[in-house]
Amino acid sequence: MPPGFSSSDFYYLMPELVITAGALLVLALDVLLPRAWERVLSWVTVAVILGAGLALVPSAGQNLTIARDLVAIDGFATFFKVLFLVAAALTVLMSPRYLTLENVHPGEYYFLVLCATLGMMFMAGGVDLITLFIGLETMAVSFYVLTGIIRPNKRSNEAAIKYFVLGAFSLGLLLYGMSILYGLTGSTHLRVIATSLVAGDGGLLLPFAVMLLVAGIGFKIAAVPFHMWAPDVYEGAPTPITAFLSVGSKAASFAMLLRIFVAGLPAFRADGLGTAWGQPFGWGAFFYVLAVVTMTVGNLAALTQGNIKRLLAYSSIAHAGYILIGIVAGSTRGVSAALVYLMIYAFMQLGAFAVVVMLRRKDIIGDELKDLTGLYATHPGAAIAMLVFMLSLGGIPPTAGFMGKFWVFGAAIDAGYVWLAVIGVLNSAVSLYYYIRIVVFMWISEEEEKSAAFGISPAVATVLAVTLAMTVLLGIYPRLLFDFAQASAASLGSVPSLGLR
Amino acid sequence: MLVLIPLLPFAGFVINAFVGRRLSKTVSGGLACLVMVAAFLVAAITGWTVISGGHAIEQTLFTWLPSGDLQIPFALRVDPLATVMILVVTGIGALIHVYSIGYMHEETDGEYARYFSYLNLFASFMLVLVLGANFPVMFIGWEGVGLCSYLLIGFWFRKKPAADAGKKAFVVNRIGDFGFILGMLLLFASFHTLDFQGVALAAAARAPETATFGLMTAATLLLFLGATGKSAQIPLYVWLPDAMEGPTPVSALIHAATMVTAGVYMIARNAVLFSHAPTTLAVVAGIGVATALMAGTIGLVQNDIKRVLAYSTVSQLGYMFLAMGMGAYAAGIFHLYTHAFFKALLFLGSGAVIHALAGEQDLRNMGGLKKALPVTYWTFLTGAIAIAGVPPLSGFFSKDEILFRTFTGTAVNGWNGRPLLWLIGIVTSLLTATYMFRLVFMAFHGERRHDAPAAPVRPEEEEPGAPVPPLPGPVYSDLPAVDRTHGATHASHAHEGAHLHDAPPSMAIPLIVLAIGSIVAGFIGVPHAIWGSNRIETFLDPSFEVSREAAATEPGAPLVDVPPAAEPHEDTGRELTLMAVSTGIAFAGIGIAMYFWLRNRAASDRMARRFAALHRLLLNKYYVDEIYDAAVVQPIRLLSTSGLWKGVDVGIIDGAVNGVGLSVGAGSRGLRRAQTGSVRTYAASLFLGVVLILGWYLWR
Repeated sequence: MPPGFSSSDFYYLMPELVITAGALLVLALDVLLPRAWERVLSWVTVAVILGAGLALVPSAGQNLTIARDLVAIDGFATFFKVLFLVAAALTVLMSPRYLTLENVHPGEYYFLVLCATLGMMFMAGGVDLITLFIGLETMAVSFYVLTGIIRPNKRSNEAAIKYFVLGAFSLGLLLYGMSILYGLTGSTHLRVIATSLVAGDGGLLLPFAVMLLVAGIGFKIAAVPFHMWAPDVYEGAPTPITAFLSVGSKAASFAMLLRIFVAGLPAFRADGLGTAWGQPFGWGAFFYVLAVVTMTVGNLAALTQGNIKRLLAYSSIAHAGYILIGIVAGSTRGVSAALVYLMIYAFMQLGAFAVVVMLRRKDIIGDELKDLTGLYATHPGAAIAMLVFMLSLGGIPPTAGFMGKFWVFGAAIDAGYVWLAVIGVLNSAVSLYYYIRIVVFMWISEEEEKSAAFGISPAVATVLAVTLAMTVLLGIYPRLLFDFAQASAASLGSVPSLGLR
Repeated sequence: MLVLIPLLPFAGFVINAFVGRRLSKTVSGGLACLVMVAAFLVAAITGWTVISGGHAIEQTLFTWLPSGDLQIPFALRVDPLATVMILVVTGIGALIHVYSIGYMHEETDGEYARYFSYLNLFASFMLVLVLGANFPVMFIGWEGVGLCSYLLIGFWFRKKPAADAGKKAFVVNRIGDFGFILGMLLLFASFHTLDFQGVALAAAARAPETATFGLMTAATLLLFLGATGKSAQIPLYVWLPDAMEGPTPVSALIHAATMVTAGVYMIARNAVLFSHAPTTLAVVAGIGVATALMAGTIGLVQNDIKRVLAYSTVSQLGYMFLAMGMGAYAAGIFHLYTHAFFKALLFLGSGAVIHALAGEQDLRNMGGLKKALPVTYWTFLTGAIAIAGVPPLSGFFSKDEILFRTFTGTAVNGWNGRPLLWLIGIVTSLLTATYMFRLVFMAFHGERRHDAPAAPVRPEEEEPGAPVPPLPGPVYSDLPAVDRTHGATHASHAHEGAHLHDAPPSMAIPLIVLAIGSIVAGFIGVPHAIWGSNRIETFLDPSFEVSREAAATEPGAPLVDVPPAAEPHEDTGRELTLMAVSTGIAFAGIGIAMYFWLRNRAASDRMARRFAALHRLLLNKYYVDEIYDAAVVQPIRLLSTSGLWKGVDVGIIDGAVNGVGLSVGAGSRGLRRAQTGSVRTYAASLFLGVVLILGWYLWR
């Protein structure tokens, strides 16, 4: 056993270890199993994810750091790990038929999905800049490959290259920011950074570092003006990966954002970075501006999109803006509102993408709005599910999406950011226009060419059922989720060895 | 018990939505009606308990929204105000369900079940809206009825106008919801409660914001913005006339009797809060009376039978808001209640006409239907007399009560504009009687015009203001001339000239019941001045005050009593005078209509020619749709299609994609192009973002 480690460290790292072992198992099975058994791989992957979920049970209610203080096992990490595992499982479930249609070899696909999940888990658990960065890299590299995995498809390849080049660039910015923080404090540990940094340290260097961190993470969460890659990549990537990217990668990046800023730089939220127009400001001001611009640009650009994946990409940009509102509010209530929003967003977004996956069939790519035409006539169940997802994304009660918005905007008003809430509500009013456009297409049907019915695979049907049930259930009875998120948000600032608020 | 009321229609929705397409029409339609009747019975029993017990009944189902130490329950509450509403929604709702059995009989089994499932779902949401004990629960109903309205307006979604109208209704309502949500959040942040009683208590504990613009004024103004969306008031009324694309029973239920009154109900529900924001009340009254007048003038020249009724609804809702603004909450709700009877009746009557004429909706192509459709004619006439305000029909009592309260109340914020408001109200009253009887005379009296499609254009119909020649038959460019189903499918067995068929029993019975209702519904609100006892006001008033028990449990909340609306006893003489005036006005309006549209049609065309500009202005509805399009819709569209990001989006990405397309098969070249073309630009934009933030930081 390496020095500084104990057996309990491995006990708490069990979910990550299960995922790692499972990933290797999938690779091995891919080689060992005959071609005809390919389909088994998806079930093995789901089983691995479920196993990791079981291994997560001991972490519940814990609040400690392990592995030489590099990884935290707290409510915050557990919340996000649950989210990642759910998202990964649903992604895998909606994949098999899509992969067959696109002629993608499933072995490395599932391997990379598990690797990306592993990276996300360290992004949520890491309390050291190095851990966070390695988690981010693990996830990002997996996604670069997954985006371009449809080899003969130019859209897919182009998206991968773009994502890779821009991702590398943004990681450079992030790493630069991290290195300045290290230079100022002599440590990469968030606790040390939080306790040793005081306002005025390093002169302009500290605000400069914060700015680089905002830009680097802003790229990952696709906040305007760092969002340019998102529509292209979302459109080009295989649809299940688009779903996973817009949910998992985004949530993981938000987890990292919360770790670095709320746990690592708590003293600089409202002030301490200098003054602008006579007002002291902190990193909250950066996110304030990002939130406003992100929501507005995302929603306005989504209004006229004709491609569903592209439309959902802009919609996802806008949602990042709403989540940022919770972070600007900053209080435990704001952070827990952001967590609630992320979880709810995961279900409705994955559900919407599951419908798009369903539309992919032989000879039909199925990602244009007009491909939805007549869906209600041929697949009423899927159309009603999509209606609920759209209403939820638009924030209509009693769906879960309303809950998320209610808490985020409520937290903002509570913290005194009334105008931010006003802009948010205005944006969500605008957004409904394009969500309803999708609904309108589903309900229109040309009688002359009754679009042929096509089957829904049981796995995709399962995804639709789960996401639909959760979107409705979390709207009607959000209490458990809310309590979970609140406990998690509270644990963010209170890891004992971190010793900070 | 209470939860049964919305749950019964919901059960009907679930059954019809999932297995409806396999049921016969008798079963699916019968089921939908049955659950509504059952809901009405439960509502009646509940109402009786409230009336006899004299206090509110409450039922908490579970904790819905947890918020730390504060919990918002999913709770339903029925008090006198809610009692009136649930009786209206279930009672008139049930009648309209029955009517729909006959009206929708041409639809296929699946469509029929879909229609009734939407209708049941609507009723369920409407009841949640009315029964909700706090803002979030009301908001579920609020959004739910909006959704159902959207689905039902676009029921014939294959037709583009119907789909567009549905979308317009949804989008316009979202603007209103923006106000509602913000108002709600603002109240939540400052009062830390969203329960209606809690809000009333908290508001009562503060001094009225007479000369200041405070929290309560801001919150109520935002809530009122929500009300203007749902209840079709200036500036958000534009969706309601277009909503007439939906089936006529839907117009009767949702766009006349129930949903559109939700805004009025919401203000009445928060009477104490609104009473503490006199500035808002003045705005409410002003908007209400302006809407009443504006819609009344538009209604005077429209030629589509349903659009006339739609503008009439907008106008009558304006009256209700006038009452709210005057603090005469009971009078407003009284008018809401009587209006539900006669406006539902008028819409259903117009539906019977459209049904008989195979989808014809243009008044200019009607006429002389009196003989052919006796049941429709007499019931419709009853409704018209009621809305015109002729005593002793219901509309007279409620409208008169509002006008009387407007005339006699105290000054608003020091400015006594009441006589002016009253005057506008009276003018609108004249307009109401005129346009309603114009409709009656054009549709039912005079010569028959509907069975002469090849008739030459009569010279007197060549109105210079009309944008298109009023040829019977073709669809007019600005108005939908045919009801969407009936135009297509019904033509085969009607429209044979002589034998038009009157409403079948399933349609006739609701018409007759509503006609009786329109006559007698007003008797519960006969004012003291003419030896009545105005029982509805006595019954409703507790809902508009802080309940004593609730106040007693809150020791810190001193009762700042809302000044009660002046008791009219000593004003008997003045009240009688005003009554005489409004009765006279009603008859004057009918007389004008009789002169222009019954005795002397040519005179009305001469008037139209004489005031051609005004006529065109009214015919085009003051060009409000066009103004909104130019001022709001187009700029947003422009911003979305040619904004900065879109420039990058289209110019560069499409450029790159097209470039890829050029190098067919050469994947590597495509990739190289992607690398050298757009990615650099993207990286540059990323970098630019960094530089901008840095620049801002250094420059500040």
